[in-house]
Amino acid sequence: MRKVTFPHMGESYRAFKMLLNDLGNEVILPPRPSLKTLNLGVQYTPEFACFPLKVLMGTYLETIEKGANILVTTGGVGPCRAGLYAELHKKILHDLGLSIEMIVFEPPRLYPFNFIRNVHKLNSGRLSIKAIVDRIKKGWRKLQALDNAEKLTHIIRPRELKKGTTTQKYRQVLEWIDNANTTSDIIEAEAAALEELHKIPQDLGRLVVKVGIVGEIYVLLEPTANLEIEETLGNLGVEVERSMFLTGWARDNTWKETVEGMTVKDAAHPYLPELIGGHGRDSIGNTVLYAKRKFDGIIQLAPFTCIPEIVARTILPAVSKDYNIPVLTFFLDEQTGKAGMNTRLEAFVDLMKRKKFKKQHQANIWLPSEATN
Amino acid sequence: MHRIIILLILNINSVGSVLNVLRIGIPSALFYYVYYPMWKTFLEELDVQVVTSGDTTRQLLNYGVREALADACVPVKVFFGHVMALIDQVDYLFIPRIVCLNKKTVYCPKFLGLPDMIRYGIANMPPIIDVRIDARDHKDKLFAAYYKVGKILGKTPRQITKALLKAKTSQYKFQKLLRSGLQPIEAIDNISTGKKQKPLDNKGELKFAVVGYPYIIHDQYISVGIINKLHKMNINVVTSDNISPFTLKLQRHGSSKRLFWTFSERTLRATRYFAGRKDIDGIIHLSAFGCGPDSILDRFIQLNNQSSTIPFMSLVIDEQSGEAGVTTRLEAFVDMVKRKKGAYRNA
Ligand code: SF4
Ligand code: SF4
Repeated sequence: MRKVTFPHMGESYRAFKMLLNDLGNEVILPPRPSLKTLNLGVQYTPEFACFPLKVLMGTYLETIEKGANILVTTGGVGPCRAGLYAELHKKILHDLGLSIEMIVFEPPRLYPFNFIRNVHKLNSGRLSIKAIVDRIKKGWRKLQALDNAEKLTHIIRPRELKKGTTTQKYRQVLEWIDNANTTSDIIEAEAAALEELHKIPQDLGRLVVKVGIVGEIYVLLEPTANLEIEETLGNLGVEVERSMFLTGWARDNTWKETVEGMTVKDAAHPYLPELIGGHGRDSIGNTVLYAKRKFDGIIQLAPFTCIPEIVARTILPAVSKDYNIPVLTFFLDEQTGKAGMNTRLEAFVDLMKRKKFKKQHQANIWLPSEATN
Repeated sequence: MHRIIILLILNINSVGSVLNVLRIGIPSALFYYVYYPMWKTFLEELDVQVVTSGDTTRQLLNYGVREALADACVPVKVFFGHVMALIDQVDYLFIPRIVCLNKKTVYCPKFLGLPDMIRYGIANMPPIIDVRIDARDHKDKLFAAYYKVGKILGKTPRQITKALLKAKTSQYKFQKLLRSGLQPIEAIDNISTGKKQKPLDNKGELKFAVVGYPYIIHDQYISVGIINKLHKMNINVVTSDNISPFTLKLQRHGSSKRLFWTFSERTLRATRYFAGRKDIDGIIHLSAFGCGPDSILDRFIQLNNQSSTIPFMSLVIDEQSGEAGVTTRLEAFVDMVKRKKGAYRNA
């Protein structure tokens, strides 16, 4: 019996599950990465492998234990390690004597045949091409719905009157989206979810600072990998905007006007003109864009030993100085503790709040003297 | 009156250019072990004085170990140290951005971002010559890149072409010396002093292959002098740098997907080559703490050569790893190899 599984990245599994089911496959859900996942992963991967590789390894082993025998994942071409993950995972798993099949999706634009072949392999229900395209579109729509709900929590959580309401409501509305299985249902569930979140009582007068989150995609998208940093920040009264979502960059309507239609690449260019793989250049570019949009601070999240992010980390202090925006970096691995992270976050948030408070007051009271300066 | 002033200015300028030879610094790290002879010849042919930073030392590494670099690999920290040592001595630093030279593999992301890391990571930097070299991109091909360097130095196309030809000759000589068995530092000495140094003759009882990145193996400090240590134990050493590029190209890589990074690919192929040879008694893969590509490379090497019977050890060296620790591991490995060889002989 073919049983399919895939990597766990935030809430996206809900959309992938639906899509694979639609194509006629039995799906083994990847469990939320836990300590057990990590321990398994660490045990079977090289010591200095990047963190995502370890977590994925753990996830695969857990799902294989539950009977999965087909792993669907993405490949990607260099120049970073991620492109080699699948290859290495396969070698290690086969070495352990596990007979699994790996279906590796390469970027469809570069490898169209790979894409078609892989879809064909997963098309257990023998659907027509048109039906497949419809299913993929529907899955995409669900991903968007999930992303939109998440984005809204980032705005509401720092302003909620009663701590924890947003997280609790979010859990609830996720299930609504999860249960919607036709496009029209998904759209309806999304609308209902957003409305429900909007109903959360908020304190609109609160001093809220805005933080942009940049860094490597996996630790950005998987809350267990970043120790739920977005929730923690929300509870500290910080509105976060993450620079990456599976359904595309966080681009809202205000984007174009405020940042002069600049792309991430343009923004990074003065500091790092080279595409260095991974998301190193995006980290720099997004930091510049967030600064231009008057954010109060930047948090860079990166897996331990992540090469492109180390390059970015070396350059970010210069960006921070040029734009007068504080930047805090976390290199994450299985040893990162939540307590230590929270202490650093609290200090950082404190700094930003004091700065913002001072700026607001200076603007009100000290304007004349500033003008004479 | 005007004329006199102009004459004066002209005079000062020409006197200045005679007295003040332009000084360009080449850090003795990373690409130094691969391209120094070529770069040096090229720059010197263009009337530049080349300044290097010499051997890596504890103090030099301390310069490089800075907060912003806390998570970088040792070689990059060492490179920072070398750059810091040069800052006050030179007018320019030569740190080309080498992206791709063979149209197939690129260099580690840290190489791709190297000039930027240096520029923004160190205060008061002299200007950096960071021409981009990418064989896949027409306007950044090797010649175009060197041409740009020549232009920055205000030279004519003729001068530049001539310098480049000479530079290539040097590089060819360098590679020939490497193939004859010299290690890069010896070969560089050989070329610059003109004194003929012979590779140590094969009188050791065992022969080991040391594989890894040239800037790790041949940096006495990073590698804790591993090659000398082996020599002292009466072991002959060959390294990945002694294999001709052509032979390397012939090695099949067992992995179905190519490694993306040039140095890693090279190491994988070199190991493959040594693993298939009869005259090699042991293979050591030397890697540096905090190296990203190596975590994957090492596993590929092991998975690729499972059928080889040659003993293999992978040795990771970090900033703190004491000499003693490395020596102990080395001795244990050598002992093991000797015992194995003895057992064969007795059988
Ligand atoms: S971007 Fe970072 S985490 Fe991703 S493969 Fe590269 S080194 Fe690993
Ligand atoms: S290959 Fe490894 S040692 Fe070399 S620069 Fe990259 S990370 Fe550092």
